[in-house]
Amino acid sequence: MNIGVFVCHCGSNIAGTVDTEAVAKAALSFREVVFATDTMYACSEPGQAGIVDAIKTYDLDGVVVASCTPRMHEATFRRTLERAGLNKYMFEMANIREHVSWVGKDMEANTRKASELVHMAVEKLRRNDYLEAGEFEINKRVMVIGGGVAGIQAALDCADGGLEVILVEREPSIGGKMSKLDKTFPTVDCSSCILGPKMVDVAQHPNITLYTLSEVDSVKGFVGNFDVTVRRKAAYVDWDACTGCGECTTKCPSKKTPDRFNEFIGNTTAINIPFPQAIPKKASINADACIKLTKGKCGVCAKVCPTEAIRFDQQDELITERVGAIIAATGYDLFDFTKYGQYGGGRYPDVITSMQYERLLSASGPTEGHIKRPSDGAEPKDIVFIQCVGSRDKSIGRPYCSGFCCMYTAKQTILTKDHMPDSQSYVFYMDIRSPGKNYDEFTRRAMEEYGARYIRGRVSAIQPKNGRYLVKGADTLLGQQVEVEADLVVLAVGAEAAKGSNELAEKLRISYDPYGFFMEGHPKLKPVETNTAGIYLAGSCQGPKDIPSSVAQGDAAAAKVLVLFSKDKLASDPQVSNVKLVRCIGCGKCESVCPFGAIEMVDFRGMPKASVIETVCQGCGVCTAACPQGAIQLRHFTDNQILAEVNTLCL
Amino acid sequence: MSLCYAYYPGCSGLGTSLEYDISTRALCRNLGIELVDIPDWNCCGSTPAHAVDHLLSACLVGRNLGIADDMAEARELDGIITPCPSCLKNLKTTQYRLADPEFHRKVELVVGRPLRADLPIKSVLQVVVEDLGLQALAQLVKAPLAGLKVVPYYGCIMVRPPRIMQFDDPENPMALDNLLTELGAEVLPFPLKTDCCGASLGTTRKDVIAKLSGRILDAAEEAGADAIVTACPLCQMNLDMRQSQINKANHSGHNMPVFYYSQLAGLAAGQGETSTMLDKLCVSPRPLLAALAGHTGEGA
Repeated sequence: MNIGVFVCHCGSNIAGTVDTEAVAKAALSFREVVFATDTMYACSEPGQAGIVDAIKTYDLDGVVVASCTPRMHEATFRRTLERAGLNKYMFEMANIREHVSWVGKDMEANTRKASELVHMAVEKLRRNDYLEAGEFEINKRVMVIGGGVAGIQAALDCADGGLEVILVEREPSIGGKMSKLDKTFPTVDCSSCILGPKMVDVAQHPNITLYTLSEVDSVKGFVGNFDVTVRRKAAYVDWDACTGCGECTTKCPSKKTPDRFNEFIGNTTAINIPFPQAIPKKASINADACIKLTKGKCGVCAKVCPTEAIRFDQQDELITERVGAIIAATGYDLFDFTKYGQYGGGRYPDVITSMQYERLLSASGPTEGHIKRPSDGAEPKDIVFIQCVGSRDKSIGRPYCSGFCCMYTAKQTILTKDHMPDSQSYVFYMDIRSPGKNYDEFTRRAMEEYGARYIRGRVSAIQPKNGRYLVKGADTLLGQQVEVEADLVVLAVGAEAAKGSNELAEKLRISYDPYGFFMEGHPKLKPVETNTAGIYLAGSCQGPKDIPSSVAQGDAAAAKVLVLFSKDKLASDPQVSNVKLVRCIGCGKCESVCPFGAIEMVDFRGMPKASVIETVCQGCGVCTAACPQGAIQLRHFTDNQILAEVNTLCL
Repeated sequence: MSLCYAYYPGCSGLGTSLEYDISTRALCRNLGIELVDIPDWNCCGSTPAHAVDHLLSACLVGRNLGIADDMAEARELDGIITPCPSCLKNLKTTQYRLADPEFHRKVELVVGRPLRADLPIKSVLQVVVEDLGLQALAQLVKAPLAGLKVVPYYGCIMVRPPRIMQFDDPENPMALDNLLTELGAEVLPFPLKTDCCGASLGTTRKDVIAKLSGRILDAAEEAGADAIVTACPLCQMNLDMRQSQINKANHSGHNMPVFYYSQLAGLAAGQGETSTMLDKLCVSPRPLLAALAGHTGEGA
């Protein structure tokens, strides 16, 4: 075997602390290495051309590149090999940047370690096999999980692109957080006026199947062939029959049901349609509040329903859909403001969240757009907004900036002045973060034209005083303590990962960060992809986002799906497990440890044997570690190959 | 479950807050919590020592911890407890700092003995509320404090800093609220429950006390309370003993009794005023208690 070794400088990234020339020289003494050189940027066009030339000139059978992490450029160099006519698995990468030059400063030690890593790669390469990728069919349907603005956008794009789309939403209606907003920044246009038509498009699009009041139960399969089981929760109403006339909601005697859509400001009925523009506009029963379902009496809705749609015995229903790609757009939740004991959230009725305030502002909200204090219904005059409640605070485990609170607070001060010209808004802030297009102008307008008083500093405590609130804080620009009396306090709560996002991530087999937000494939270069092929992200499930960013990411995720589906067949990864039938004793250990369900036990001439479903296998190698016989081997990472590396280092 | 603790009364417990110490011991006895005084204990350095020298403060506390170590050798202990939040803070802070091996070595050198200092350290309040549980307290109540409207005042260090004290919510603690509710009192929401009363500035800066403690009295009155309930000897002293000075400075007219929670627990257990030492309070609670039927007890 003729092996070529290329040691990359990566500018000064590697060459600064590794003697790359010496590494290349050392490589020449390793077995079967016929050519070794150092190169400025192996990944650049001339760098890759050099590799292609050397393969031809020295008749190379395999190539080792010592450079950065394989996560960055393994695919690049494999393509280089293919261009030169070699099998792309005759390539090994030694990571001498992240593992060497970036962690150590000692040139001599670094050079020695880099040489050893190259030696290990060479010894592994000597045992590499030609692997060929297979092909498999893909199912060109896509599932979008989450019907907020990002999910809606992604679903519409995919559907307009000719794909069949299944949109799954947990709530009874699509629309997400945006449907609860009164106006949007920085244009102060009506939120439901711009979202409403899109929601209707979803309902009317021939390519979109909409499941609301539904959750993903389980996900099986792999890119191109996912089987997703969706749990359609009982609405206790036959939605095929329900016309959304609302007769039932006017007659329901259980009128003290917590109103989720209105953020628990005001009440609704046990059977309800969440809001006037709901899609689908169908009634559903809150089982915890319904008198018939809890006590067995009542049943008024069933009596008044003109289409006899009420079904008190309705059960959850499981539906399995086969799709080729999944877009997760599950959004976010608002921070639980009761965690700040000093603000009295949950104890003081007139300390409310920004989203609750948004519902007070909304004409379709519980007060029909009149700003009223929850405690006594009086119109507040002095309103204090407190920013960064649940953002940028390490002590409560939310060190990140939620990004949109500065903007929505500015919007709310503007709307407050519009609603009540004689009111005064005060905003306690840490920094104003308004980097979007026309954003900074907007916050300045709130201050300069609408007279919101911005006070830089945190609030230490809120205490009731004569039916109002005394808000105690610091003005860090003046360097003194300030106290503001307020009729209403609005907490600009930050964003956190949606409830159940970790469970969903585990079902989808995608990663999530310490705060529960889903991880993108690469923070810069793969912002909408995940590390699991065929699963994409859109909107705030990946991190807090405002509407423009959510829409843009919804578009991007849809584009990625369309790219994926532009082919009829996908290449399978040959780096999967493989069973040596002679050695296999049929103990089933591999089957029980496989996290992907990729191994099944089959009968082979009367003996149980393990068999790998190659399209499901993700090549994690857990089975190979569990096998007591060494019968199951991961291609490209066999015991022999790993041992060769270890022996090279240790013997 | 039988609990036994090494008890650290603290200097106030033998002087200015004798009633806190006595009523705390009675409460523990009634609840079946055995207290064994740390023999030959010394002052923890209180507020001044740690302000001057962390090592000095840790060594003063370290000696007491060492004696408690010896006690734990002799018999099984559930930990060290003290009624005084300031003593508690010094004990817990020292234990926290001793986790640093270099500091630990220095303290051992000064104290002249090896220190394990690994016993759990808690306030009596924490033990009653968390370890024993409010159900145990409920069984004790013979004469519920019905009709008594109180605000709970924790002071600034009972639950802070949270990393060291590891007890309740640092901004809105509820232990005392729940305890007093269990005793039958009506507990009013009190936004200043963890604000500072001025602490030991009472000896040097009475104007600060008049401002800070005055604010607490004002807020208690505004909340509609009959009385304030504390868990700290210094807070009690500032609010109670200095109340007339505060009134004078602020032109206010407060006449608000300031109880220790342990005194009220004694009352609720039917012990009467004498054994709960209500006569030690400067603002007499007698008119208030007389107004509440069933709590006149044996009189004093």
